[in-house]
Amino acid sequence: MKHSFGDCLFKWGCLFCAAMALLLLFGFFAQLTAGSAEAWRRFGFGFLVSSAWDPVAGKFGALPAVTGTLLTTAIALIAALPLAFAAAMYLTDAPRPIALVLGHAVDLLAAIPSVIYGMWGLFVLVPLMQDHVQPFLVERLGLCGLPFVNRDFNGFGIFTAGIILAVMILPYICAVMRDVFVMTPPVLRESAFGVGCTRWEVARDIVLGYGMRGVMGGVFIGLGRALGETMAVLFVIGNVMKMPDGIFSGSTTIAATLANNFPEADGLQKSALFALGLILLCMSFGIQSLSQYCLRADAVRRGSR
Amino acid sequence: MKYAAIAVSALAMLISAGCGDGGARSDDSAVNGAGASFPAPVYQAWSYGYSNIDGNPAVNYQSVGSGAGVAQLKAGTVDFAGTDDPLSARECADFGLEQFPMLAGGVVVIVNLPGVPDGGLRLSRRVLAGMFLGDIVNWNDPEIAADNPGLPLPDLPVAVVHRADASGTSSIFTDYLSKVSAAWRERVGAGPSVGWPVGVGGQKNPGVCNSVARIRGAIGYTEYTYAKEAGLNMAMLETRDGAFVKPTVEAFSAAVSAADWLNAPGFAVMPTDLPGAGVWPITGVTYIVFRRDGAQNSGRLGVMIDYFRWCMTDGGTAAAELDYVPLPPAVSGLVLNGVLGK
Repeated sequence: MKHSFGDCLFKWGCLFCAAMALLLLFGFFAQLTAGSAEAWRRFGFGFLVSSAWDPVAGKFGALPAVTGTLLTTAIALIAALPLAFAAAMYLTDAPRPIALVLGHAVDLLAAIPSVIYGMWGLFVLVPLMQDHVQPFLVERLGLCGLPFVNRDFNGFGIFTAGIILAVMILPYICAVMRDVFVMTPPVLRESAFGVGCTRWEVARDIVLGYGMRGVMGGVFIGLGRALGETMAVLFVIGNVMKMPDGIFSGSTTIAATLANNFPEADGLQKSALFALGLILLCMSFGIQSLSQYCLRADAVRRGSR
Repeated sequence: MKYAAIAVSALAMLISAGCGDGGARSDDSAVNGAGASFPAPVYQAWSYGYSNIDGNPAVNYQSVGSGAGVAQLKAGTVDFAGTDDPLSARECADFGLEQFPMLAGGVVVIVNLPGVPDGGLRLSRRVLAGMFLGDIVNWNDPEIAADNPGLPLPDLPVAVVHRADASGTSSIFTDYLSKVSAAWRERVGAGPSVGWPVGVGGQKNPGVCNSVARIRGAIGYTEYTYAKEAGLNMAMLETRDGAFVKPTVEAFSAAVSAADWLNAPGFAVMPTDLPGAGVWPITGVTYIVFRRDGAQNSGRLGVMIDYFRWCMTDGGTAAAELDYVPLPPAVSGLVLNGVLGK
């Protein structure tokens, strides 16, 4: 049967839309690579390990921004994971009305624009950190003996940025985990309870075991969001283009550096910023690939059992 | 295959239609400008006032940053650009651009020192540079006390706050530091964004004000209008002649008048660290750059010149109401009779 004109148009249209994602991805890589060519030519791979950032002398390096990005993301994950896990666990088992209300509240947390988090961070979290949290950690607990904790603090810095990121990624991780936990077959849970398992044993061995995939998925979604978050971090990180002395130091992230410098950048500096963008894209890409790999490995292991 | 071609051409049409709407161009007679964000409130007030006069076309100004504004002017997408960093005479000549000063403003040094009264702190040229270089690290340093007998200077670490984003304000401030300190000139230099030796970065002027207000022992720099609005403690600075001067509109005006405008090609002047009594040492000027012979504004050149002349002659009150500093008559006269001459 001969296809009609409409069918054909529809087919090509759909193909075009599906191919769009690939084209865009390719376009991003191509454009960032072309834009950063000058910086790579000038600095080579030394760009990755140089901590210089001197626009006047035309010296640029990616290390401070990359370090800041990794540290804030790590702090965010360490702080958010247990909270999200506990919240998801509770919401799965809670009485229905409570789960409904609290579940929606968590979802709404994800809907708050990041600039609002930034303002909240600047006006609430920074003074809180400066006046209470950091003095407590440094003076009361004496953490400044540790090599990565500095004695000087002013509320801004990597730690504060990490905490605000934790609040931002928490709802994403929690929502994914909850959805996965809910899908645990009731018969599995009930049999576990039937043979005398405690609630904690059911949570640990049955729900978590069954939902490992979802937990990993949630972690990577949170990780992806924390890596690229710009506005909220910009307000509280202190924007210092130097290697941090400790977790209370002012620092910067790749995304914050781009947002700060792009409007007025030209020449070599613009090229260096494009190079930072390429690094960020590669990091996100790497994390996505890693998550796919983990999830697939997980699925295979599960299937062979 | 044929359908693919149709789909592609339809997409191309969509994209080109999208681009056509991209500019903020309402009609052909409207004049479009873009650039520096520091003078944007005044330019927007002026545009409103000018367009409200019968028969005058609309003038639009997008606050996108000095560098971006100049880039747009060179690309021909706008008719004029506002910039805090004057273009060199050579750059103007290369791109066929003309430049003149439009407004002045003072960059002030703000501090957060419990127990020190507003405007009571005196900072010498050496001390200010020393703090931003990270050489002076505590407020009880004897060098600060020497200029401030009787002032209760606290035992607090000096927390430097600078701009995180590239900005004309930083250009003016670092230009000043380069003039007063050889160490600064060699180690850091001047520009819209520099490699700051110490301190944390704030977002634009309000961000710097906020950080200074938040951190005890902080010192930062910002445009006068923002410091005044935020009610921050502004320090007195040492002039080139060794006297201490308070940041006032009169002192900014005096600095603009003291600059040598006649011998500056393209009016490219940085009125920082000028000699004279009552001259504020960190004064800046914001510029307008436009293209006279560009095909872009062939019809709009007359309108543009008329608008600029109106701003210079009738716009002073609106600027002063917003705490900006109109150019002193001697300087605006030079512009009106020169670049903007009939």
